[in-house]
Amino acid sequence: MWEYTDKVKDHFLNPRNVGVIEDADGVGEVGSLSCGDALTFYFKLDENGKIKDAKFQTFGCASAIASSSALTEMVKGLTLEEAKKITNENIAEYLGGLPKEKMHCSVMGRDALEKAITCHLGEPEKEIEGEIVCECFGVTDLEIKRVVNENHLSTIEEVTDYVKAGGGCGNCHDRIQEIIDTILGTERPVMKKVPSLTNLQKIKLIEESIEREINPNLKKDAGRLELVDVDGNRVMVRFGGSCASCVKSPVTLKHYVESRLRELVTPELEVEEVQ
Amino acid sequence: MNVIYLDNNATTKVAPEVVDAMLPYLSEHYGNPSSMHSFGGNVAENIKEARENVANLIGATADEIVFTSCGTESDSTAIRAAVESNPDRKHIITSRVEHPAVKNLYETLSKKGYRVTFVPVDGQGILDLDYLYSNLSNDTAVVSLMWANNETGVIFPIEEISQKIKERGIVFHTDAVQAVGKIPIDINKTGVDLLSLSGHKLHAPKGIGVLYIRRGTKFSPFMIGGHQERGRRGGTENVASIVALGKAAELAQKHLDEDGYEHIGRLRDKLETSLLTRISHSMVNGDREHRLLNTTSIAFEYVEGEAILLMMNEHGICASSGSACTSGSLEPSHVLRAMGVPFTAAHGSIRYSLSRYTTAEEIDTVIEKTPPIIERLRSMSPFWKEAVELAAV
Repeated sequence: MWEYTDKVKDHFLNPRNVGVIEDADGVGEVGSLSCGDALTFYFKLDENGKIKDAKFQTFGCASAIASSSALTEMVKGLTLEEAKKITNENIAEYLGGLPKEKMHCSVMGRDALEKAITCHLGEPEKEIEGEIVCECFGVTDLEIKRVVNENHLSTIEEVTDYVKAGGGCGNCHDRIQEIIDTILGTERPVMKKVPSLTNLQKIKLIEESIEREINPNLKKDAGRLELVDVDGNRVMVRFGGSCASCVKSPVTLKHYVESRLRELVTPELEVEEVQ
Repeated sequence: MNVIYLDNNATTKVAPEVVDAMLPYLSEHYGNPSSMHSFGGNVAENIKEARENVANLIGATADEIVFTSCGTESDSTAIRAAVESNPDRKHIITSRVEHPAVKNLYETLSKKGYRVTFVPVDGQGILDLDYLYSNLSNDTAVVSLMWANNETGVIFPIEEISQKIKERGIVFHTDAVQAVGKIPIDINKTGVDLLSLSGHKLHAPKGIGVLYIRRGTKFSPFMIGGHQERGRRGGTENVASIVALGKAAELAQKHLDEDGYEHIGRLRDKLETSLLTRISHSMVNGDREHRLLNTTSIAFEYVEGEAILLMMNEHGICASSGSACTSGSLEPSHVLRAMGVPFTAAHGSIRYSLSRYTTAEEIDTVIEKTPPIIERLRSMSPFWKEAVELAAV
């Protein structure tokens, strides 16, 4: 069961402004039946260019209906310039917050509002911009970049919660991760990701780090590293290839292998060479 | 507000007789059944009786019954044991509509190098038997198929299937969590080697399950420890819950013998027919003939399941949905998708599951309260008007 705020429940059970404005000044349609939620948003302006009426029709879950209802209340009395500034975060705040898995409902509200304003200004309906990343829900890289930037997202799960991308077959997870990495910069705080590792996870991570990163690098100099054993935070390794006879191998061990493993796995690691 | 509980495939009310039977084992009879003194040893007698009751319910013998902590543990134990006992075989078979307890284990095994065949179902949820049989091979280690589906109630012909699989010398496991206690089962008329059942689906408490292991089936334990359960499942017995399950099994048998499920079936049919008649653009998911008598999954097109459930909740009515929003994922249930239920319907599917405690008055209330809810949500839906116009053409 979702933890909805009283305000979400209220806007779901007693939605405001349900319906259609026949002579609307702007209409925005987003979502689809197959995606599981859809919203059509209408607004009507007064003589001063302020929104005097807004209505909606929504197919979707409780938070989709509540977000739509909230949106119609929020925009009333605003000029289009002011309305344009409403973010999905504002909609969620208005409702006293939404469960994180439901943030996409607030994004849907913001999207419908934008579309309706674009429609009013007579601008052509935007073609799909960017390239489709998530095939299951038809989400583009630009949409993902936008939610990552605006909401300071840092994980694939969060992106899925906000725009659904990655919530289907999962084939696009690598691509989403790349987008997040690019935005956050390549220096990802890896240590933060792994606060407490079980022994098994630790060994696996060490193995993977050696295979994926350290060995490909050592290979350039015809060397390689073999994991011998892990005892708590003691990592025992053996050099092979040209490293085995290289005088600089203790330097490589401390300044490259150990420091890299500390970054990738956990900062407590001590790496030592065994025969 | 009175609760109208139509979510019995999720869990059931613990029968009052069952509570009475188990309580003394939470207070005065706290002995360990493995102890040498009679204070503990007497408890072993009660476990023995419970084991016989459970065995009777499925036509097994007591020594084929192993108590576990839940249906999931039984499934995991059975499938892992089958795979480990056949180390040379690297192919495993199941269906596309299994409970996550089996489905996710198969996906894990697939990542570990096992070749997995997921047998499809048709639009009615009926298993494609030709597909199943044509995929059996000398490399197949285990076939695991549910006896009855938790979402639609559709029953697979396990007697027939298991005999065929047995002829091929392949281990057969069935997740019978939804079937045991709801349909008569005589395990010796089947070729089933391993069967899982769960206490809390038949009016026993949560935290107790059973794995049936046919005599002679190769087995390796999942929980390794003491000699409990003849070394097939280590760990001190959950005495109170075992006694509870024994009592629940006895009651389920009595209920089946008295044709109690015919009564539940009549209530279910009344609910189903009335809702289909009163609500347009609605349909039943799954085959209506080969189905548990307590279950119906009804799709209300153009509305979303979570919204329906929360509005029903306002009237104290409890049910489940196969919609995306309730599953915690973004896609509707894998069962409805495997059946090819269109998205318009899958998102608005509600499962009602009854029990022997369901009353005619409760069903009447649900029949009265549901149509206005669907109507209200449809009036909010941007697709509804269009759908009605389309239907009129």
